Amino acid sequence: MYDFLVNLVGNNIVAFFIAAALPLFLFILPYALLAVLAERKVSAHMQDRLGPMRTGYHGILQTVADILKLIQKEDLRASSTDKSLFNFAPYLVFMGSFAAFAVLPFSSFFIGSSIDVGLFYFLAISSLVVAGILMGGWSSNNKYSLLGAMRSVSQIISYEIPTAVVVLTMVMITGSLNLHTISDQQTAFFWNWNILGGTLPGIAKFLLIPLMLGAFIIIFISTLAEVNRTPFDIPEAESELVAGFFTEYSGMRFAMFFLAEYANMLAVSFLITILFFGGYHSPLGYLGNTLGVEWLVPIEQFFWFASKGLIFVLIQMWLRWTLPRLRVDQLMTVCWKYLIPYSIAILLLVGLVTLI
Amino acid sequence: MELYDIIFYLFAAITIGSAIVVVNSKNIVHAAFSLLLTFFGVSGIYVLLGADFIAVVQIMVYVGGILILLLFGVMLTNRITNVDIRSGSIQVIPAIIGLAIFTAILFWTMTSTNWKSEKFELPTTTAFQIGDILLSEYVLIFELLGILLLIALIGAASIARRDKE
Repeated sequence: MYDFLVNLVGNNIVAFFIAAALPLFLFILPYALLAVLAERKVSAHMQDRLGPMRTGYHGILQTVADILKLIQKEDLRASSTDKSLFNFAPYLVFMGSFAAFAVLPFSSFFIGSSIDVGLFYFLAISSLVVAGILMGGWSSNNKYSLLGAMRSVSQIISYEIPTAVVVLTMVMITGSLNLHTISDQQTAFFWNWNILGGTLPGIAKFLLIPLMLGAFIIIFISTLAEVNRTPFDIPEAESELVAGFFTEYSGMRFAMFFLAEYANMLAVSFLITILFFGGYHSPLGYLGNTLGVEWLVPIEQFFWFASKGLIFVLIQMWLRWTLPRLRVDQLMTVCWKYLIPYSIAILLLVGLVTLI
Repeated sequence: MELYDIIFYLFAAITIGSAIVVVNSKNIVHAAFSLLLTFFGVSGIYVLLGADFIAVVQIMVYVGGILILLLFGVMLTNRITNVDIRSGSIQVIPAIIGLAIFTAILFWTMTSTNWKSEKFELPTTTAFQIGDILLSEYVLIFELLGILLLIALIGAASIARRDKE
């Protein structure tokens, strides 16, 4: 991808910036526009309402109108905030969630950076989000913001442990930290996906299926908690904390936090897709290969990757409007007494199975 | 100017600039957040040196672990931002003498060492080799470090535990 851009524009610095900005403008911004609308529509239909209906056909232009409104808004700042940190926090949060997309392979042709520590990088770079949340919560100089930030950070760093253990399990099976390699190992048909035992031979594949199902459930719950979605949304519990760590933010800075939240949802959905559901590979083979049209294959791969990721985003929205919120002690119990022991047990069992 | 040079100077500037803020800031929270940028800049320089695994570990351990713990400690401590932190300058002349001697030694070492400067192909991946070495040549040290960390963990848990009486 990068080489192609270097050939196209002839200058590696310009190519570098284009390659870095492309996923943002091509994918994440349109996705966020759609996702915000989808969330409102999903919630409305689950509660037997219609949701936004006035702007455009069935309200499709609602988010565009909202963005235009947010851009025009005055940038309010309470007088006793810590100015420099308050201004910087939204960018740090957004940077952390956007940087994670650098290692995700959107198709075999389009990947930001095919580094060999991709999976590890994905887990590490999200710590910038944690620091940004603390920064925003503290600098707002507001007790709700600080409490929200504290809750959010303690939740994220607790739930990072089961995520990391499950990721370690997957690394043990696939033998690679490179997300591109992990995707390519699950090629051809859907029975090669890791959730169905991957490409391990014979009996090991069947022994692996229940373990993979357990691992998938654990990582889905813990990533749900890491992106602060319901039922784990106590950091921004509206009834107790106004809006959590971004209570004091308004206008575009608020929009940055909002965008980062949706980008994070998509990033963890993509991670689950790559680890368990074959990444960008089609479940049924490619139309491009059958017809002999080679340029069609990457487009198909992008289609499959995006649709698998978006399905998980949709499930996250569905859960948000179905389940009630957990209490703080229940939240910690779920993580430390259930998810972590189970994930370690799965790690050990998978280690035994791979020895067969 | 190559892309590599621009990125190097960018990361170097981030590291040094934020390190100066860490030392000079009167506000302990500002100092802690500047430390974030220092760690980030250092990990960027690791990447440029071809040590991708170390760079990611740097972010994971320092930014994701130590810095967050530090910030939690600072924020949970009551009224820490009102404490008068001593970051003025005392003992200026001895400090200058010490700094001069240290810089001279460093400069002398830098210029007199015969650095290997032949063209060397940077390894594209380091994670594999590191794992291989850790579990073959240095396996004893690796296991001992694991036990040490486990002991520290158990110790921390037993200190934090509330006595039931």
